[in-house]
Amino acid sequence: MTQTTARPTSPDRTEGGAALLEVRDLGVEFVRRGAEPVRAVDGVSLSVRAGEVRGLVGESGSGKSVTSLAVMGLLPHRSSRTTGSVRLAGTELLGMAPRRLAALRGDQMAMVFQDPMSSLNPVVPIGTQVTEVLRTHTDVDRAGARDEAEDLLRRVGIPDPRRRLRDYPHQLSGGMRQRALIAIALACKPRLLIADEPTTALDVTIQAQVLELLRQLVAETGTAMLLITHDLGVVAGLCDDVTVMYSGRVVETATRRELFSRPAHRYTEGLLASVPRLDSARGEPLRPIPGTPRDVLPWSRACAFAPRCPHADRDCADPSLALRAHEGLAAEHLARCAHPALPEGSEPVAAGAGA
Amino acid sequence: MSGVHLPPAGGPPGAPEADPPAGTPAELALEPVAEDERGTSLWRGAWRRLRRDPAAIVGAVIVLAFVLVAVLAPLVAPYAPAGAQWANQVTPSSVPGPSDEHRLGLDSFGSDLFTQLVYGARQSLLIGVVSTVIGLGVGAALGLLAGAFGGWVDVAVMRVVDIMLSIPSLLLAVSIAAVVGPSATALMIAIGAAQVPIFARLLRGSMLGQRGSDYVLAASSLGLRRRRVVMSHMLPNSLSPVIVQGTLTLATAIIEVAALSYLGLGDPNPTVAEWGRMLVRAQDRLATDPHLAILPGACIAVTALGFTLFGEALRESLDPTFRR
Repeated sequence: MTQTTARPTSPDRTEGGAALLEVRDLGVEFVRRGAEPVRAVDGVSLSVRAGEVRGLVGESGSGKSVTSLAVMGLLPHRSSRTTGSVRLAGTELLGMAPRRLAALRGDQMAMVFQDPMSSLNPVVPIGTQVTEVLRTHTDVDRAGARDEAEDLLRRVGIPDPRRRLRDYPHQLSGGMRQRALIAIALACKPRLLIADEPTTALDVTIQAQVLELLRQLVAETGTAMLLITHDLGVVAGLCDDVTVMYSGRVVETATRRELFSRPAHRYTEGLLASVPRLDSARGEPLRPIPGTPRDVLPWSRACAFAPRCPHADRDCADPSLALRAHEGLAAEHLARCAHPALPEGSEPVAAGAGA
Repeated sequence: MSGVHLPPAGGPPGAPEADPPAGTPAELALEPVAEDERGTSLWRGAWRRLRRDPAAIVGAVIVLAFVLVAVLAPLVAPYAPAGAQWANQVTPSSVPGPSDEHRLGLDSFGSDLFTQLVYGARQSLLIGVVSTVIGLGVGAALGLLAGAFGGWVDVAVMRVVDIMLSIPSLLLAVSIAAVVGPSATALMIAIGAAQVPIFARLLRGSMLGQRGSDYVLAASSLGLRRRRVVMSHMLPNSLSPVIVQGTLTLATAIIEVAALSYLGLGDPNPTVAEWGRMLVRAQDRLATDPHLAILPGACIAVTALGFTLFGEALRESLDPTFRR
């Protein structure tokens, strides 16, 4: 464990272009007594390089949050089983001793949660919540931690930080709370930041501010970020690469530009088509994906999206559908689809789905 | 609490926050915080609601008066307590009533009744508080253990607590007092032990409720040690029902002190003033001198009422769903 002791401070943390976070074939099963285990995540692979943002997109129940909790090692040990491999800067995290993993959490990797009100402890002042991370992972003294906390709050754009340190979470506005949460996550300069729908609980103007803040911080510190969201507008504004999940599996992965200009999987295509557009004709109805996320087939029998897919046919009932490259798409653009929307076949959806 | 809280403003709750559009951090620094949200932390809000609640004020006055009398007993009481100085004035058929020297008259042993009542308050407070501290301390420790660890620790601790709970508390107290022997210490241990299960269950339930909450997950995601998460995050959020229960339990404890003394399990020294024992002694003179029973009885009832009123008001004021 070299990276826990040696804290790299220079923004250049790329290790010969290798990905900082390398998830291979991740599977998560929830086991309940007297019931079939539920497979929430199946064969998920993704990687994030330092200084880059990967979007993990999918609707509720697609397994994106479970994936992030599995990376952090925060799933309950008693009721879940995690398989595959999660490597942070080359170190395998799955199966690591809980104590060593806890030493990495908050230090090398940190997480920003969806709801800043419930993720901050209501009875502990903001300052204490920032300093306790610093004091857990570094050996600064009380006064030093306090100064550093003040500095962190200032960096995330909280005015009058010295006074704010003594405030309780309910005394801050929603946007301030999310900033405070980001400050806490960034306190120890983590190399990986996982943001789980960081803007969902905020109103639109604050969303824009928080996203801008995250983008600045990633650019300044060279942190790798895994951004979990169901908001394609957020993806368009912030991510370098995108991974789309459906029903626990990755269905498509591509660079942002590729994904928005040439969505291959029919689910991604539907997602993009359902985003309302400023340049569409007045009164034009929204185009939702028919059905609900509950209308799924088990991947072991067919494409899980087939029941909702307008292009589904006999070929989709193929249990061995693989995530693969397709003709006419970039080499790193992979899709798990029997009838992908390929450039020459169907009309591609234009880039820049603005939210 | 910190000193930066402003006094609560009277503005409408949830006033819209004026957030400027996105820009550079310097511009973002202008984002104001709704002023009326300031200074409304849990205990502050509770204090504000308590001050407006008549029941809380009545309860607080009674409790305060009781505590003052108990603490300042030597100043309040006209005579020394271990009296029976006027035993020669007491005849088998009558006890001297109120007079200039003895405002409430004498008791059946020939001590000043007012002095006995005042020192009885001291005894009740001492035993009541110590036993509640014992009950709360042991109970909270067990509840903390069960709630923090869960799993088999939880099962083991809670089975022990269930067993304790299945024994009627007075019976448990009597058995403990019988084993330890009658003394004030025995009373404290007996009453305290009978209260352990309530506090254990309360804190455990409250801790379990916190375990699944987002901020506990967030704290774990920061790599905080388990002890830190339990002690500085979960515990402070779980304490308020325990504090309320502590106030209410003081009322029960004072009644139980009287009850156990009445049953002869209190301090064996007959000169120690104790409300419960005063009731026993008054029994044979109930027909001729009922005030000997009524006065200590009223003391017990009023004190218990004071703690109950205050405890209930505290519970309501701390419960965010119960806002009037």
